[in-house]
Amino acid sequence: MSQDPTAPEVPLAITAPADRRRGRLKVFLGMAAGVGKTFRMLLEGRAEQEAGHDVVIGLLETHGRAETARAAEGLETLPRLRVTYRHTVLEEMDLRAILSRAPELCLIDELAHTNAPGSEHSKRYEDVEQILAAGIDVLSTLNVQHLESLNDHITELSGIRVRETIPDAILGRAEEVVLIDITPEALLERLRSGQVYPAERIDAALNNFFKIENLAALREVALRQVAEEVGAKRLTTELVGSREESLAAEAPHAVGERLLALVEPYPGAQRLVRRAWRSAQRLGADLDLLWVRPPGRALSEDEDRSLSALRQLSAVLGARMLEEESDDIAAAVVETASRRGTTYILIGRSRPARGLARLRVPLPQRLMELLPGVDVRIVADRSGRPNGERP
Amino acid sequence: MTIALVLIIAVVGVLAGIAAGYWLPPHGRRPAARSSDAQSVRRILLPFSGEAISRRSLEAAVRLARAENAIIMPAFLARVPMNLPLETALPVQCARGMPLLEAIEQRVSSQGIPVDSRVGRGRSARDALRKLLDQEHFDRIIVSADEDPRAGLGYDDLKWMLERVPAEILILRTAPEDTRRISANAVSGHF
Repeated sequence: MSQDPTAPEVPLAITAPADRRRGRLKVFLGMAAGVGKTFRMLLEGRAEQEAGHDVVIGLLETHGRAETARAAEGLETLPRLRVTYRHTVLEEMDLRAILSRAPELCLIDELAHTNAPGSEHSKRYEDVEQILAAGIDVLSTLNVQHLESLNDHITELSGIRVRETIPDAILGRAEEVVLIDITPEALLERLRSGQVYPAERIDAALNNFFKIENLAALREVALRQVAEEVGAKRLTTELVGSREESLAAEAPHAVGERLLALVEPYPGAQRLVRRAWRSAQRLGADLDLLWVRPPGRALSEDEDRSLSALRQLSAVLGARMLEEESDDIAAAVVETASRRGTTYILIGRSRPARGLARLRVPLPQRLMELLPGVDVRIVADRSGRPNGERP
Repeated sequence: MTIALVLIIAVVGVLAGIAAGYWLPPHGRRPAARSSDAQSVRRILLPFSGEAISRRSLEAAVRLARAENAIIMPAFLARVPMNLPLETALPVQCARGMPLLEAIEQRVSSQGIPVDSRVGRGRSARDALRKLLDQEHFDRIIVSADEDPRAGLGYDDLKWMLERVPAEILILRTAPEDTRRISANAVSGHF
């Protein structure tokens, strides 16, 4: 591997001086290539430049799109670093040149890109981290399938695995995430008209990744991801507890439903879990399962098997199985629900109380009193219900 | 005096019993019906991986379970594509399999037969079944010989089961004209 010898020597272990603020990261997120993330990034860069700020393009991938190239006109573009790897010359973003140039704002395309072997960092988002640490603001672009946590889910949806991933925390640290959204039909139209890929690649794209069902699923994931980012940021600011944040704390949580199903290791619990999962699917929510285990009580063989089956079911469904040890079910549920941000609790039908236990406040009622604002649903056992003879 | 003492002891005993019922945590009051003796209850596995199962197979399982005081264990076998980790969540397949599992459970338990579902996963239906059999003991397995390979277990899998699985295996080949099947449409109520 060789690098441009004329590149300015800038120490790569730059740390921002104490009085220098960290740069701000803004990410344009899309469901797939061609939705207009780069175009939008360039438009914002131009607007910043026209507002008198010092803006440069650190790296731009036009993919031969004339519209994108035109949008970059008038913006200073830093030359790429030429890297030779196994007799092939590769072009990468020049991190040292950006740090040396030190603009106010740097535009860097394709945040999830993997750098050529031998580069200072193996991933572009690591370069971006260093640029931010140097106090430079960054605009960047990302497709939702590159997010690490969504990679498996999207592979199952689309049948195509994306190799380049970035940790979700990178997006979580961005000050702004902007969803660039168009309908799958509009994207396919753009693809067919040659606005996304050159003519020779259109058929392959249409036959593989760019199917209407793939795009619809990806769009849903992207929309949900941004909604969750917004929800997470609200939660973070509430924890920070500064002045504006107290306003946010008083506002209702508009997004990010999270369900909590209370389970016990017995066969009927699976029915509750399935129903909870279906509800979570419909609400686009995450699902947690909670078993409040009595301290010190050993499980019978049957219970042990039921617990294993519950764990297996939970894993296949993508739910999170939580186990808490406590004698007080209500207190354990309240603690877990508060910690997890639960908005909806599902419980099975209680067993009939005996003796003075009849005088106790039933668990659903206690939960409603202890968790105001959280829905509590009692899931019926439909096994006793007359079953129609439907084929 | 003696009568009064007996009465006092009786009242105190009753009160102590009631109080114990109140103070004992709910975990301590598990109904007897839930705990079954693993040795005496036979376990009938009903594996499937498609979107429907033969109604004849389910009816046979119910008849056998009733005759043998057995528990029916429907098992959804999820297939994990090779490009995904084995432990990955499978929401798309579950969207097809869970309603069917629910329909089977409803149908079985409405006939008074205990039911305890399972979910297995592997690289193929056979692999998922193998893993399930490694984890638990089943006394009998009921499968339908289906000509449609998309329905799940094919002839090769049945042959493998006969050779390798240490359980009684009941293979049902329904008459060609018997196309009745249980699918997710059979779920009663909102699911």
